[in-house]
Amino acid sequence: MIHDLAIIGAGPAGMAAAVEARACGLSVLVVDDNPAPGGQVFRAAEAAAPDPAVGPEIAPGLALIAAFRASGAEYRPATTLWHLDPDEGLLSLAGPQGVDEARARRVLLATGAQERAVPIPGWTLPGVMTAGAAQIMLKTTGAVPAGRTVLAGQGPLVWLLAVQLARAGAAPLLLETRSTGLAAALSQGGLWSGRRLLAKGLALMAEARRRGVRVVRPVRGLRAEGTTRVERIAWDGGAAPCDTLLLHEGVIPQTHVSRAIGVDHAWDAGQACWRPVTDGFGASSHDRIAIAGDGAGIGGWEAAVAAGRLAALDTARRLDALDAAGVAARSAAPLAARRAALALRPLLDAFYAPPASVLAPPDDVLACRCEEVTAGAIRAAARLGATGPNQMKAYLRCGMGPCQGRICAPSVAALIAEVRGVPPETIAPLRPRAPYKPITVGQLAASAESAQQPPQ
Amino acid sequence: MFRPRPDARPATIEVLVDGTPVLVPAGASAAAAVLLAGLPAIRETPVSGSPRLPLCMMGVCFDCLAEIDGVANRQACMVPVAPGMRIARQHGARAARP
Repeated sequence: MIHDLAIIGAGPAGMAAAVEARACGLSVLVVDDNPAPGGQVFRAAEAAAPDPAVGPEIAPGLALIAAFRASGAEYRPATTLWHLDPDEGLLSLAGPQGVDEARARRVLLATGAQERAVPIPGWTLPGVMTAGAAQIMLKTTGAVPAGRTVLAGQGPLVWLLAVQLARAGAAPLLLETRSTGLAAALSQGGLWSGRRLLAKGLALMAEARRRGVRVVRPVRGLRAEGTTRVERIAWDGGAAPCDTLLLHEGVIPQTHVSRAIGVDHAWDAGQACWRPVTDGFGASSHDRIAIAGDGAGIGGWEAAVAAGRLAALDTARRLDALDAAGVAARSAAPLAARRAALALRPLLDAFYAPPASVLAPPDDVLACRCEEVTAGAIRAAARLGATGPNQMKAYLRCGMGPCQGRICAPSVAALIAEVRGVPPETIAPLRPRAPYKPITVGQLAASAESAQQPPQ
Repeated sequence: MFRPRPDARPATIEVLVDGTPVLVPAGASAAAAVLLAGLPAIRETPVSGSPRLPLCMMGVCFDCLAEIDGVANRQACMVPVAPGMRIARQHGARAARP
């Protein structure tokens, strides 16, 4: 069977797209590598909703999850896309029932965001995690870091997590790295149209302080110290004992699959990352592939919901399930919702711009965690002539370890740009290869056997 | 090391972390079980043998590679726990088994 639309990711964009596409009468397959719908923002939302530590922020996702479950889309949780052939619309999947393939007339990548790497001295020590990792622990298990917890970095998630940990009785010490002044950020505008989101943010900051979160700002020169695990966090002019260090410098689009299949990407200077090029309805440079949500550029979950709906409507039009008038009628609401949700984004991007030392770390810091390559070694290889992350793989193996460059590739590119004295957009991003996620030789053999079977 | 909050999420599933039984909530990942068990590391790296624990918990960093039910190099953060699951630390590069 060929699905009208295959959606990769059951986060806000993927779920909203599935609901909208089903409403247009399309057959829909949703593949997600997590065991429950929600993406990261609504991770394990159905199970976590009663927990007062995270409930208030998870509640807005419950209706969407319920609508998704009732939509009639074929939903395959705990299933990983390990290869995508965009020309054929062929998806290679690995899940609880082994490996198999699916076909679709159109494919929507709704792969969401990942946290920007925060390479500081000592960041490979056990006990150092991302802020998102601690929030995932909270949402999926209810657990919080034991002992002295330090949350270091900047961005909306930092304040949200500080509040959620405090509600759970584990208030962290917050070391805020923000260096942009409010005046510079305010010049971006968006205050009035983004006032609802702004009010939410200010309320979180107030709640954090009310619940006893101690804040030190501005913090520079962060380093994690310890022998077999993190014991201390130090910064220029201060230090504190630390059992768990949570780092966060914002999020970037997860573009592993979109880069692997070779659709056009553009450098987003405001967010210091690559994003796939899409039109207003999520269409990419490949005529079968759409991309929506944070995977197409960071906008947050409300913008992702709107983008998912728009991508589904565009799919329905392309498959002749909806005419132009129908698209116009149904797209007015999500277009307006997306405008409102994105109004504050330039201000947030400017306010929480990552420091240069995070993008291109100091020489003694491991930039590539898998192959344990320092920023200094990468700079030296760049001086020898490595012109981009694809070439750097051959020099130093960074990008060839298990993570396939998911963590280090942006740092590697930034270091090369710095050494060569060129703008970041001139360094082509790493081109990932399939399999996107590890599969066993047995799974690969099984998929070859199933490919030899005549089609049913 | 993570501290459970049984009032919010009761622990109902027993898994074996390096041979020791640990009770974890349904919906937890194998990596979460390792963090709840308080292991000092989930693996040692193939390059320098340095200890690691999970970094991202969402399938990006691959620092949580572990041997789960006898299969090495699995992303522990992407594997939901099941009763009796055996989760073991991985030392260096994974070994091929007959």
